[in-house]
Amino acid sequence: MAHDAVAPASSSTSEMVRSATSESRLARYGLIALSLAFVGLFLVLPLAIVFTEALRKGPGAFFEAIADPETWAAIRLTLLVAAIAVPLNLVFGIAAAWAIAKFEFKGKAFLTTLIDLPFSVSPVISGLVFVLLFGSHSLLGPWLGSHGIKVLFAVPGIVLATVFVTFPFVARELIPLMQEQGTSDEEAALSLGASGWQTFWYVTLPNIKWGLLYGVLLCNARAMGEFGAVSVVSGHIRGMTNTMPLQVEILYNEYNFIGAFAVATLLALLALVTLVIKSLLEFKFSAQIAAARKH
Amino acid sequence: MEVRVQDIRKDFGRFPALDKVSLDIRSGELIALLGPSGSGKTTLLRLIAGLESPTDGTIFFGDDDASKKTVQERNIGFVFQHYALFRHMTVIDNVAFGLKVRPSSRRPAAADIRKRAEDLIDLVQLGGLEKRYPAQLSGGQRQRVALARAMAVEPNVLLLDEPFGALDAQVRKELRRWLREIHDRTGHTTVFVTHDQDEALELADRVVVMSKGRIEQVGTPDEIYDTPNSPFVFGFIGQSNTLPVRVENGQLWLEDRSIGVSAPGEPAGPAELYFRPHDIDLLDGCGGCLAGVVTLSRRVAGTRHVELDIAGSTRRIEIELPSDVAATPGTRIAFRPNRWRLFRS
Amino acid sequence: MTISLPQRWQFRQPSVIPGFGLALGVTLSWLILIILIPLSGLAWRSSTLGWSTFWTLATDQRTLNALKISFGTAFLAALANVVFGVLLAWVLVRYRFFGRRVIDAMVDLPFALPTAVAGIALTTLYAPNGWIGSLLTPLGIKVAFTPLGIVFALIFVGLPFVVRTVQPIMEEIDREVEEAAATLGATRFQTVSRVLLPGLAPAVLTGFALAFARGVGEYGSVIFIAGNLPYVSEIAPLLIVIRLEEFNYPAATAIAAVMLMISFVMLLVINSIQAWSRRRYGYGA
Repeated sequence: MAHDAVAPASSSTSEMVRSATSESRLARYGLIALSLAFVGLFLVLPLAIVFTEALRKGPGAFFEAIADPETWAAIRLTLLVAAIAVPLNLVFGIAAAWAIAKFEFKGKAFLTTLIDLPFSVSPVISGLVFVLLFGSHSLLGPWLGSHGIKVLFAVPGIVLATVFVTFPFVARELIPLMQEQGTSDEEAALSLGASGWQTFWYVTLPNIKWGLLYGVLLCNARAMGEFGAVSVVSGHIRGMTNTMPLQVEILYNEYNFIGAFAVATLLALLALVTLVIKSLLEFKFSAQIAAARKH
Repeated sequence: MEVRVQDIRKDFGRFPALDKVSLDIRSGELIALLGPSGSGKTTLLRLIAGLESPTDGTIFFGDDDASKKTVQERNIGFVFQHYALFRHMTVIDNVAFGLKVRPSSRRPAAADIRKRAEDLIDLVQLGGLEKRYPAQLSGGQRQRVALARAMAVEPNVLLLDEPFGALDAQVRKELRRWLREIHDRTGHTTVFVTHDQDEALELADRVVVMSKGRIEQVGTPDEIYDTPNSPFVFGFIGQSNTLPVRVENGQLWLEDRSIGVSAPGEPAGPAELYFRPHDIDLLDGCGGCLAGVVTLSRRVAGTRHVELDIAGSTRRIEIELPSDVAATPGTRIAFRPNRWRLFRS
Repeated sequence: MTISLPQRWQFRQPSVIPGFGLALGVTLSWLILIILIPLSGLAWRSSTLGWSTFWTLATDQRTLNALKISFGTAFLAALANVVFGVLLAWVLVRYRFFGRRVIDAMVDLPFALPTAVAGIALTTLYAPNGWIGSLLTPLGIKVAFTPLGIVFALIFVGLPFVVRTVQPIMEEIDREVEEAAATLGATRFQTVSRVLLPGLAPAVLTGFALAFARGVGEYGSVIFIAGNLPYVSEIAPLLIVIRLEEFNYPAATAIAAVMLMISFVMLLVINSIQAWSRRRYGYGA
């Protein structure tokens, strides 16, 4: 309670009144400083060290590490996996959001819980379930093997595990958004004679496009960065089934720190780009992705 | 406790929300701040509370200069428009909050706090609901909890911001009467803000009519209604008609005809005539009168509301007649205001 | 008051909007194919183990220690995240300062940064010769290659869960509530500690649960910094991987089943607390 009669009346009273619903200046600055220190220690420094470690021996060594053919193979595989997994979950996410947000039906809450399930499953377990399903001791594994189909320790397994862990991302983003928007727009379009697809394409999709982009962005970041699940199913075959995060691990464990951090730099850049676009979307279209903030 | 507001000015940015406002509130009085939105009534209430600080001017609680005190030190009771109940606390915890947060030197014993909270809950007729949470109460019940909470601290002055604004019409009426009873029983100096004139006129000892950051008039409900001192108050409170007239030789003239109303002592010149729809005498013939053709006639309960096109003016006039007077559209009606005021611009 | 007529049981309420069958069909087939069949495979596998085998595997000392470490470190990290997450949310919501937007965006970094990258970055930072580790070593504090390192990695991973659950609720706090507390004589500290923070409790609890659940299952960011000493700093997910590499599928399955069961029980508890909170206070998170 700043209550000093020394300061000029007007300024002292305004400070005094502010104390009703705000903290003292000292407390404010203290709290800000504490949070900045925490963010610096736990978020900024880890990000900074990725770049400094990668460039420790100069840009030459950095680019040399990136140009490694195995690294290139890992990049290609990562892009391929994301290119398959993200569209699949995009389609699923839209379908799930359409069913859940636009209709009332029995068991809806339960369905929503099931969709969130992968969030509460350890990535390692997400990989394990596919090992159990397609491994040599499983039911399906020997049968698939006899038909020349290899799932485990090959691209299909990596895709499956990635789809599993990124399963809820798009749906989670769209469901609250579409629930908020209700059904009156669609009903209006239908009453004007639009077909179902036209309604979706011209009315629903424009309403959700930024939320959709937001969800796809997060889905993609996770798809490219997934480590635990992919690690379990990939078999770590160099140049073949190594995604970028796995390549980071291998190089790091071989004490090739420049190489590990060089690949990590690419992933960190991906994360930064994701964050920047995400913040821009939140800033410009906050109303359309409002639901996105609750993860 | 009496509250004196002296020459208060409050600027938000460059826009003055209140301009040189002075007001004396007597101890034990129930006073209404009435005005349209943007008139500064809520700002004045928040200034008295200490939730805002004045740009200029002083507020006294008794002989104490309250403007030097923080909101916490002023010991006021404030009832917010949306009640602002603490939703994670039960009714009794809400009511007791103000006593529980006192420094230990001034804090009553826990048992006394409990007793006082229970008494207040009984006073606001919520006995039995002590253990409920705000979410489990109706709007009217929340309102009562908010009032009990504000009264628990034995406030110097009780301040209510649009206390019935968020309630539906039926509950409003009930709570209005009930608030008056509580006030008469407890005797707290009480100021409430409202934009509803019925509420102000029915409930308050005195009404403060505000407009554009200024006080237009302070008076009892009768004074405000019967002798409005400005065109704004006349127009804002109740129904009123205005006609542009001329004063000549102590007589009122509409265009070239005398309307049969004498205004002795009024200086000659143009003026606006204000009168209320029910303050008129019907005339049979017209030797100096207002006359008009009925354009619309509506029966409202026991009276008939008639709209007239007045000859010699483009203004519409509404008058109230006994319901048995036939006033079908097209008929001519002659009348004369029996109670009126002149304002000059 | 609407009059409720006796109604025939209906799977869904009638609607003019088309596409329900298609949308629900796609959703269910995808859900069953990708999530339910693989997960029930795990359930089926653990049931074929037989109860006694399962019990032996699940109560193996190394497994028990790994579970204890996973849940214990996740719990500590989630606690730390409650403190710092609420602080950070408060600062972001209430104060305007230079760089606020950047900080706000940075909070999501752990969502966006691949866990393996976070893992090697944190390890390098906290290693005895790292930027921070070299400052802590003289004080006798070892972070990397100890359980403390696991906690630090999990703080990193879980932070956004708390901030992003608490932040929107904090933004919605009605200014009037704070003013009400002040008019009743509460000091600022009393207002914050007795009115505002208790009001946030359901959101904080949810954030805690999310961070905790994530921490229990976390693998990538932890294995680099943990040191992975069996019985000491070996987390349960790592033990699953080790058992898999030994082709000891029954053991891996048993550990996974135990982890899943505990996680689901926790989710259930959290959900019931929230439902209870909503019923009682009229709000949850």
